[in-house]
Amino acid sequence: MESVLGRYRNLIVLVGVLFAQVVGLAVQVKRTTPSEPTRLIRIWAIGAVTPLERALVWAQTSTGDVWHNYFYLRGVRAENRALKAQIERMSLERVRISQDADQARRLQALLGFKEQFISQTMAAQVIGGSGSELSRSVFIDKGSRDGLKPDMAVITADGIVGKVLHVYRSTSEVLLINDQSSGVGAILDQTRLQGILNGTPAGELVLGRVMSDETVPPGEMVLTSGGDSIFPKGLPIGKVAKITPGSDLFLNIHVRPAADLSRLEEVLVVTKIDERQAQPEQVGGARAIDILAARLPSVPSKPENTEKSASSGSSATPGSVAAKTPTTGVAANGTPATGTSSTGTPKTAHPAMPGADAQSNPKATPPHAGNGAPAARNAPNAKSTAGDSPGLTSSSRAGASTPSPKPVNPPVDPKPQPDSPDTPH
Amino acid sequence: MAITYTSGEQVEVYRFSIPATVLIPLAAVFLQAFIPLRFPFFVIFDLPLLVTIGFATARRNPLAGLLTGGLIGIMQDALTHQPIGLYGISKTVVGFGASSLGIKLDVENAGARFLITIFFFAVHEVVYFLIARGLVGLRMAWSWPHELLSGIANAVLGVLVFMLLDRVKQRT
Repeated sequence: MESVLGRYRNLIVLVGVLFAQVVGLAVQVKRTTPSEPTRLIRIWAIGAVTPLERALVWAQTSTGDVWHNYFYLRGVRAENRALKAQIERMSLERVRISQDADQARRLQALLGFKEQFISQTMAAQVIGGSGSELSRSVFIDKGSRDGLKPDMAVITADGIVGKVLHVYRSTSEVLLINDQSSGVGAILDQTRLQGILNGTPAGELVLGRVMSDETVPPGEMVLTSGGDSIFPKGLPIGKVAKITPGSDLFLNIHVRPAADLSRLEEVLVVTKIDERQAQPEQVGGARAIDILAARLPSVPSKPENTEKSASSGSSATPGSVAAKTPTTGVAANGTPATGTSSTGTPKTAHPAMPGADAQSNPKATPPHAGNGAPAARNAPNAKSTAGDSPGLTSSSRAGASTPSPKPVNPPVDPKPQPDSPDTPH
Repeated sequence: MAITYTSGEQVEVYRFSIPATVLIPLAAVFLQAFIPLRFPFFVIFDLPLLVTIGFATARRNPLAGLLTGGLIGIMQDALTHQPIGLYGISKTVVGFGASSLGIKLDVENAGARFLITIFFFAVHEVVYFLIARGLVGLRMAWSWPHELLSGIANAVLGVLVFMLLDRVKQRT
């Protein structure tokens, strides 16, 4: 017996070691949640490796900072000029976007919609990775002592990166979105199709659960849908690269990530997401209905009525627009008209807004803003426009508005000013 | 090709100092985790595997080989989010096989090292694939061109790594 053991000692040890590891593996696979015994090994390994990584990254960053901040300043003046120009462009864009946001808030309030927004983030440096093609994760230099917790979203300015998987004292492991065990609720920007975005073993991103009879154009933006309770809604994920037939009746939509997941350096951890309902006081019910009216497709009014109302001038109340347009719009959509009228009566619709708009910023509400957008469409936004950037709305808003026949416009401005070149004719 | 059958008495058996035994695998695991962040293509290499093969073929002791491979693999597993044991089992097998082969073959020249590295890289990938798919249930994609390219790349790097290990190994 002893001779057998001695002769096959190596093999017996091999089988023993392998058996122990297989049992350990089976136990881990059977467990649904990570637990302490394996965590200890991970803590040791990460404790041994991450300090070196942190030191190297620090040395590299410091050297780079010294070089870029004190020596390599070539082209900075030209870059400064370009950035200033960009700031100007973005300021104008910001005004337009804030108007859209105001409008969206008003509509959300109408629908009792709860909005999510990122209220707090923490910058973190990527210090290491897993070093395996089958485990797409990275380590960051922030951990539990910095307030990080599992399942926090990790993003960059370009798009989402992943979520915090394990948190240690001074480091955390981030599971990238292209890992095969990752899943993100996603929505296509234009077509509004929803699906689940998964990683593949090859590190690609595939959006599934989209029916094969849907049409998805390549290049369309993919955003987070907020359905996974990790990523706030509306963050960019990437663009549609190609579409292939998937299993059953679904499409496989391959997505090119917006963030460069293979070269991550700095990331933002979303440490706080607030959810709040749009404030009703921000919303005049009448104003919201006015917005709805402008959004809904409308049917042209009869010319004689329009002419009559135009000739009557100030006798045409703004409420008439709100009453007329929603009704036709609602009817066009097949929604019962009572639903619209119950939200706000036409009479109470923006009694002061159009007039105030015309006085404070006459140029802000041309009745046919380039593409025939009704002034009523612009009226709800004129308040913020007048304060922020006069003269911007008409052209910028017009691109997003629904064209509507000209005869609807005159009643919007109850006090037409003869001197104003923008007075509707 | 210089793979020659050698009797047990003819082969040289080497050992490594304790600092080298501890620090070299640690450095390999560290570099494997760190370099791909700066150079993404580096992920096709498996430095811990090369160190496992290098240690095993130099020591020519199956017990030491399998234990070294197992420990390096477990450490590598600890840096991933996959269950611990996938790399551990694969490298245990490789460590045992490489040291057993080292007893019988002369693996002191570059050609032999190149071929041995390719062979054990393939063994490692197959064992990993089978365990990951069969036991853990991971979705795995097997690509022959990718594996072949990785095998050759690792073999080239392996020859260089073995040359570095030659500098720190000590004759018993």
